[in-house]
Amino acid sequence: MGTELLLFYLFGGVAVTASLLVVLGRNPMHSVLLLIVSFAALAALYITLDSPFAAVIQIIIYAGAIMVLFLFVVMLLNAHKEDEYVSGGAQTMKKPLYAGALLAVVLAAELVWALLRTDRATDGLLTGGAAPDAVAIGDVRVLGQLLFTDYAFAFEVTSILIIVAMVGAVVLAKREL
Amino acid sequence: MVTLEHYLILSAILFATGTVGVFLRRNVITMLLSIEVMLNAVNLAFIAFGRTIGSADGQVIMFFVVTVAAAEAAVGLALVIALFRHRETLNPDMFTSLKW
Repeated sequence: MGTELLLFYLFGGVAVTASLLVVLGRNPMHSVLLLIVSFAALAALYITLDSPFAAVIQIIIYAGAIMVLFLFVVMLLNAHKEDEYVSGGAQTMKKPLYAGALLAVVLAAELVWALLRTDRATDGLLTGGAAPDAVAIGDVRVLGQLLFTDYAFAFEVTSILIIVAMVGAVVLAKREL
Repeated sequence: MVTLEHYLILSAILFATGTVGVFLRRNVITMLLSIEVMLNAVNLAFIAFGRTIGSADGQVIMFFVVTVAAAEAAVGLALVIALFRHRETLNPDMFTSLKW
């Protein structure tokens, strides 16, 4: 299974690198475009996880809809340059920033530890590498049946959430109420 | 052999990357982008777990997370636009009207 590992490291590396550049970049426009690269790499990882539906909605909804919304706002606000005008007067803010970065590193270590511990705790449940029934998991028909039977209530609540978000966005962004 | 641990560690690294972004960036749009990175890390963990236990529930939950992310992005960006209109800046340190 050398190719599988190779694909994982390739796409995982692309995802991590692109995400780091998103976070560390100065230009919001570049951040948005790099985030699309990261999403594409994650979609490829979803395919290696036998989840083609997840990969497709990752591309269509995330990269296609949400990122276009971000890109639109970045261009609308003309926010190509970031916080240069702040850093001069806010040198006192540097120390909390470093503390925050340190805390994030601690969080990463903690997450790795906790997740691996979870794995060990439920070792009997997990099968490790190969999925028991890859075709059944990746089947869109199975997903649709799940969505409209077991998760029907959550699915309907989601539609209400979308309506509320839509109305809220219109109200917030409207020039005068 | 790619195991569940690989995906979980990748997910943790991505999540921490997003956290760093929320802490370090002084731009509301980039902070929202960092939140998207964190949501994607969680999605990856869900799908890896779902695939490992042989259930499609992971993908269903990922579907809901994407929906919530879309709603969150719409409202968040509307807030950013409203803030920018009032303050002419995207730096969250400038929004201190509610600070005591």
